[in-house]
Amino acid sequence: MDVALKVDSLSVYLNKLHILRDLSFELPVGEYMAIVGPNGSGKTTLLKTVLGLISATDGRIKVFGNDISEHNSKISYVPQVKTLDRTFPAQSIELVLSGLNKKWSFSISKTEKKLAYEMLEKLSASHLADKQLNKLSGGELQRVYLARCLITNPSILLLDEPATGIDLVCEKSVNHIIAEYNKNFNTTIIMVTHDWSAAYHHTSYTLLLNKQQVYFGPSDKAFTDLNLQRTFSHMGHDHGIKFGLKEISNA
Amino acid sequence: MLEMLQFPFIQRALVAGILISTSASFYSIFVVQRRISYIGSGLAHAAFGGVALGLLLGFSPVLTAIPFTLIVGILTVYLQEKSKISADSIIGILYSISVALGIIFLALKENYTADAYNYLFGSILTVNTDDVYISIVLFFITVFVFLMLWKNWAYATFDREMAKADRLPVLRDDYILMIMTSITIVVAIKIVGVILITAYVVIPGSFSRLISNKFRDMTFVSIAFGILTSIIGLFVSYELDLPSGAVIIVIQSIIFGFTLVLNKFRFNS
Repeated sequence: MDVALKVDSLSVYLNKLHILRDLSFELPVGEYMAIVGPNGSGKTTLLKTVLGLISATDGRIKVFGNDISEHNSKISYVPQVKTLDRTFPAQSIELVLSGLNKKWSFSISKTEKKLAYEMLEKLSASHLADKQLNKLSGGELQRVYLARCLITNPSILLLDEPATGIDLVCEKSVNHIIAEYNKNFNTTIIMVTHDWSAAYHHTSYTLLLNKQQVYFGPSDKAFTDLNLQRTFSHMGHDHGIKFGLKEISNA
Repeated sequence: MLEMLQFPFIQRALVAGILISTSASFYSIFVVQRRISYIGSGLAHAAFGGVALGLLLGFSPVLTAIPFTLIVGILTVYLQEKSKISADSIIGILYSISVALGIIFLALKENYTADAYNYLFGSILTVNTDDVYISIVLFFITVFVFLMLWKNWAYATFDREMAKADRLPVLRDDYILMIMTSITIVVAIKIVGVILITAYVVIPGSFSRLISNKFRDMTFVSIAFGILTSIIGLFVSYELDLPSGAVIIVIQSIIFGFTLVLNKFRFNS
């Protein structure tokens, strides 16, 4: 089994706070993993540590057997849509090409234009190419961000709450696109999400996180009442959380 | 009106004005888009301390103001990255220290009024040959960093985290941007004056943001706006015998305000 991402005894302190505590897991190549946890559970911190934006305090992360810095070009990242600076004057095609060039484009060559259009077309979004970013809906923006990542043909795709800020129809479509891409290109995908249902239906692995690792393993075994209580409840009381797997399975 | 072009001091002011406004308007797009106009204000006040030191010691105030402003600029980026105090608080503290020092320096010097007045409000009469040379050097360095760093700066301005994730040297680029903005502010003080220099590095970028759909266009519009308003401002300033800085900023503000209103109408209709 080839390992795409190996996390070994990872701990992260930020401003003297223990954000992540002793995480260890191995994600095989080509799998689709969900990171599920409440607000403040360290999901985004883990993503940023994998990206190399935050340094591990203890432990290590290996991407395809190498340190993060050596394999960065193979990792692509879709930030949360809500973080976009909507005052920045730009068109969708420029954002897509920033993935390819790792810089902002001053001018766009015919080849680059063709590549960007082809990628947007695959996501049914070529009509958005010349649109201003601040005129895009959440769902449209998510597709443009995805095109930006996929144009680099990444080995690992990191998604930070891709369904946040977009409507339900777009959400289903974006989830579908990601799952299809994972299937067709054998790309390893890691998605931070609040959405248990999306994690259960689309992903093969799940990491349940609440500063520490509650569960890592196949998604179909992840969402037991006990695991969810341990992930989403405070110490000492369970908030009566139940996943309702039976209803979802029967639906 | 054209006969005034025969005066060497007008020629110097025009050349320096065009070159300096090119630099200031270029950095303006980043100052505006990164929402750090308070830094422009902070750097201007830091420059005041340096100018006052130059006047006290009898050196060229530009030469003493550059290190003063650079220290504040570099400290701002450093503390922003390393300290828990927010950037505007840091700038607030640093520029108050600098202004306080400036006031003390000026108080120590006798008969400082005229010189200080020129630096506070800007005067085209004070632009000398050295200033023209300095503005030429600044212009060429700006062209160089434009060619080398525009793509990096634009990317990090759009999304800092994404630029970092793509391994761009974002912090190094921040330092260079801050250093260049600091130097530009100091060099522009002779024409615009300490008090109004913030507007000089904020209005061109803000104006160009109103009418540009791409960051590249925003860059060129800002530079064209800065050059044009500086030329008009210098002529009007000469004709009406008013401080050049105030005239330039008033002209820039009128065009900006007019465009803002037009934009609102266009948007509403």
